[in-house]
Amino acid sequence: MKKLHMNNSGLTRRRLLRSAASAGVVLAAPGLIRGAQAQAGDAIRLGAPFHRTGIGASYGRWYERTANAALKIINEGGGINGLPVEMIVEDDGTDPKRGVEVMEKFAAEHKVDAVFGHLFSHVVAATAPRAGELKMPYFLCSEAHTLASGAFNRYCFQPSITDVKSQVSSMAPWISSNLGKKVTLIYPDFNFGYDHRDNMTAAIKAQGGEIVADIAIPPTETSFTRYMPRIPFNTDVIYHVMVGPAVLTFVKELGEHLGRNRPEIFGFIDSLEAVDMEIPQLEFLEGTYFWEAMPRYAQETQSEADQAFRAAVGVDDRGASLDDPKDISTYAHMFSVWETLFAIKQAMEMADYRGPEQKIAMMEAMESISGFEEGAAFPQGDKIFNGKTHQSFGHQNISQVTEGKLKVVHRTSIEDTLYPDETDYTQMSF
Amino acid sequence: MSLDTTQAPPETGRGSPARLIHNGRLFALVLATIAGLFALQFVLSDYLVLAVTRILIMAVFAMGYNMLMGYTGLLSLGHAMFFGAGLYAAGLSSYYWGTSLPVSFLIGILASLAFSFVIGLLALRTQGVSFMIVTLMFAQAAYLATLYFSRVTGGDQGLTLPTDARSFSLFGAAMDMTSDTVRFNLALAIFAAVLVAMYFVTQGPLGRLFAAVRENEPRTQMLGFDTYRVRLAAFTISGTISGLAGALYGLVFGYIGSAFAGFHYSIEALLFTLVGGPGTLLGPLLGTAVMTMLIDRLSGITTAYLMIVGVILILVNRWFPKGILGTIRERALPWLK
Amino acid sequence: MDLAPYLLLAGLEGLVQASVLMLTALGLSLVFGVMRVVNVAHGEFFMAGALIAWACGAYIPGPPALGFIAGLLVAPLAVGALAWAADRTILQKIGYNPEGTIVSTIGMLYILQQGALLTFGPDARAVDAPFYYTIRTPWFGYSSYKLFTVAVAFALVAALWLLMRKSKVGLLMRATQFDRETALNFGIPVGKVYSAVFAIGAMMAAVAGVLVVPNQQAHYLMGTDPLLLSFVVVIVGGLGSIPGTIAAAVLIGLSDGLLSVFFSPTLAKIVSTLLVALVLIFKPEGLFTVKGRRA
Repeated sequence: MKKLHMNNSGLTRRRLLRSAASAGVVLAAPGLIRGAQAQAGDAIRLGAPFHRTGIGASYGRWYERTANAALKIINEGGGINGLPVEMIVEDDGTDPKRGVEVMEKFAAEHKVDAVFGHLFSHVVAATAPRAGELKMPYFLCSEAHTLASGAFNRYCFQPSITDVKSQVSSMAPWISSNLGKKVTLIYPDFNFGYDHRDNMTAAIKAQGGEIVADIAIPPTETSFTRYMPRIPFNTDVIYHVMVGPAVLTFVKELGEHLGRNRPEIFGFIDSLEAVDMEIPQLEFLEGTYFWEAMPRYAQETQSEADQAFRAAVGVDDRGASLDDPKDISTYAHMFSVWETLFAIKQAMEMADYRGPEQKIAMMEAMESISGFEEGAAFPQGDKIFNGKTHQSFGHQNISQVTEGKLKVVHRTSIEDTLYPDETDYTQMSF
Repeated sequence: MSLDTTQAPPETGRGSPARLIHNGRLFALVLATIAGLFALQFVLSDYLVLAVTRILIMAVFAMGYNMLMGYTGLLSLGHAMFFGAGLYAAGLSSYYWGTSLPVSFLIGILASLAFSFVIGLLALRTQGVSFMIVTLMFAQAAYLATLYFSRVTGGDQGLTLPTDARSFSLFGAAMDMTSDTVRFNLALAIFAAVLVAMYFVTQGPLGRLFAAVRENEPRTQMLGFDTYRVRLAAFTISGTISGLAGALYGLVFGYIGSAFAGFHYSIEALLFTLVGGPGTLLGPLLGTAVMTMLIDRLSGITTAYLMIVGVILILVNRWFPKGILGTIRERALPWLK
Repeated sequence: MDLAPYLLLAGLEGLVQASVLMLTALGLSLVFGVMRVVNVAHGEFFMAGALIAWACGAYIPGPPALGFIAGLLVAPLAVGALAWAADRTILQKIGYNPEGTIVSTIGMLYILQQGALLTFGPDARAVDAPFYYTIRTPWFGYSSYKLFTVAVAFALVAALWLLMRKSKVGLLMRATQFDRETALNFGIPVGKVYSAVFAIGAMMAAVAGVLVVPNQQAHYLMGTDPLLLSFVVVIVGGLGSIPGTIAAAVLIGLSDGLLSVFFSPTLAKIVSTLLVALVLIFKPEGLFTVKGRRA
């Protein structure tokens, strides 16, 4: 459309029409040509639908950066089965309709070998059934429990990040024995939030505690003080998990409202992903607790793998970008993109994968994997992978804000995160 | 903005009732378009067949919108509520009651018919800018309602229709929504039916009445027509077709969610109609195809594709307020309406 | 929480919301009143003001108050210039056709929103308040800065009132609003008045954005809510009526504050949007004006 701007002076309607029409042809053409050109065997193509725009954009930016870093390492090491790995990125606008369209584009036009990297649960919910219909291996980096509950299909996997149900059930005993038994829940008003609400309610009850209030907030909300009076005075612990661009406002207004006589506060780091902890508005968080899948601040016990991961992605010891200390990463989630790529690599190598006709062999190989070992490929830590539910289980961290930094005070065992299987995808046909 | 003042006054006298085809060249073009679309599935790549399926459904939505904006001259900013009404009525009945696909589709159409009639009764008491804002506000309230009743609707997260709700049998033949070919031809069949129906409505006496209201309402009133009822008829037809598109979309793609009732979808209908040519029968199809492919191509290249949508809105509005086909009609083919 | 402190908090929240809303809505109302067009991109001017305030805070060294004051000056000037240019290059060219203006300003909405995403990124940007002091009641804490925004908003509205009533510029605007044709005949440069009014309207939204940003962070999607609420206020108050707009802002702000504390905020929004539609249908001159002009 650049042409339109440059020709403004001598523009006639007919000329504009003509150039618009030719632009249309040019724009439609790659779909025809590329579709015909894509051929198996010269490279492994992975489709990456990232949230470049919309409410998930903070995450999407870092998912993309992490994926690029991981691919660089994989390709420098000779790719997968000697084939170079290409990544095709499309923006899904954090929108369910666009998510499905992009999945179709990957399957029918780019003819990729697998799709990975979706995070927001409403986009995943819309896209997963379509992935099954298109017979496209679909690797989630999402945390939603929907996969492990059996609602999706055999093509969907979550090989890196632990789902909400196990995160929550491993946190609950620690919360009720260390912080208190009367809990107020604050969560976003969509499926991801309901996962937290339902699982936390069950887990706290199992510990002999009770939920004294549960407050659902629409994800597009920008002002939160009006929700605060619903927090009962007898609350021992406030449990919060918020997502979207206004998370910082939420945490700040929570602090303002509660003041010094606040109850204990336990949050999922989602409430502060991509937000700088060391700003004056957040001083009240000192002493509160956060769940982190992977600690944002380099700990004293930092592993070599964590060090290498930070260096490769370009992130410092505070989880901030090396180029701009004010640009904070989504550190507790983005490792899942990295690890997912290495999990795909492992499954493809087990199946000696060379092209799309071996998709099923690759997925069967993935189902046969029982776990991953901590190391450069899996910097977050050891994992158990359940081939029946297609879900991974890993260590979880509880960090306390100490002098403005997140310090890990408890690391759960993997066993703490396990729960009985709710489905068996291997019984489904491909 | 699209008021076509150059057009001759409506010819109410000509054409006996027996002669149904008033604009033969246009009818031939309609048939040729349908035939051409049918042939596309043998030529296009897999992805483009999927894309055209989607374009056909969204074009039905835009045709519904065009009925009101192009032919009757009423600019609504809230047609997503009708698209959403069809989507939710069809999808929810299939999800909760397990109704078969054709029944759900019918429920979707009836629900949007009733809904657009009631909204029309109220909104048509206003005109011009007030009408735009009233429709915008009703649509916003409807969108918020899908969020508020999230326990039923699934809210933002939406609902995925179960697999057994994705197929039905038609005269003994199994129709499977997960098959790309079935979907394409089903979408095309419904698109063609709506297009032909639209042809008879817009080129017939009712269509002339709509145009008369658009061009000169007081004069139409003086001629003894109740213009409120004429506008209500246009509004209801428009809303019902939009709802039909929504029902089709939800059932064919097996997912319903509140995003489809949002402001952005009202704007899409406006954008597609505006680009293709308001008040032309095939304009919405052309506009939908051009804009959908443009956004689809651009989203792989830049994150700022919505910015380009914005630029196009402004440019089209500035230089081509009559859209692509409207401009062609004005310059070369006066029968293209 | 007991009922009395509950009400106090709801009232305070409502007042703060009302004052910001008043500024934003007055800008929209002014544009509608004088130019008879609806600016759908109004919320994006609000967003632009907020992001510029963030940039001032982030790049101007010294105490936060300095950045804040700079933002209060720079944001309206920059946004006003932008709006002025948009008026000249877009709206004037289509002759302020009411429907065409809505379509064009929707285009501007997308351009500004995506422009902000490209320039500032998707993250929410926090801005230091010029001062920190939390007023503590026995039941809850409340930011003193929020009360400061109320005072500033009312001062600005008073200034606008004076501008419209006492200055020559105001006279020109009122004359144009009253009768465009006669104003033209009297040699009033109506084109320039329109551009100025469009710019002033945008500046008011920008100032509201600057005031709000220490309370709620700046990000590219923040313009939608203020736009819808401003619509509500302008319509309930009577299109183009300034006193009506002020009264409606206070009413809507307070009732939204109260409603959202007692009911779900989503329900409160449903009620207020339906209210607008019904007011336009059944009492198009607004709730507060005895006599007014219809759109």
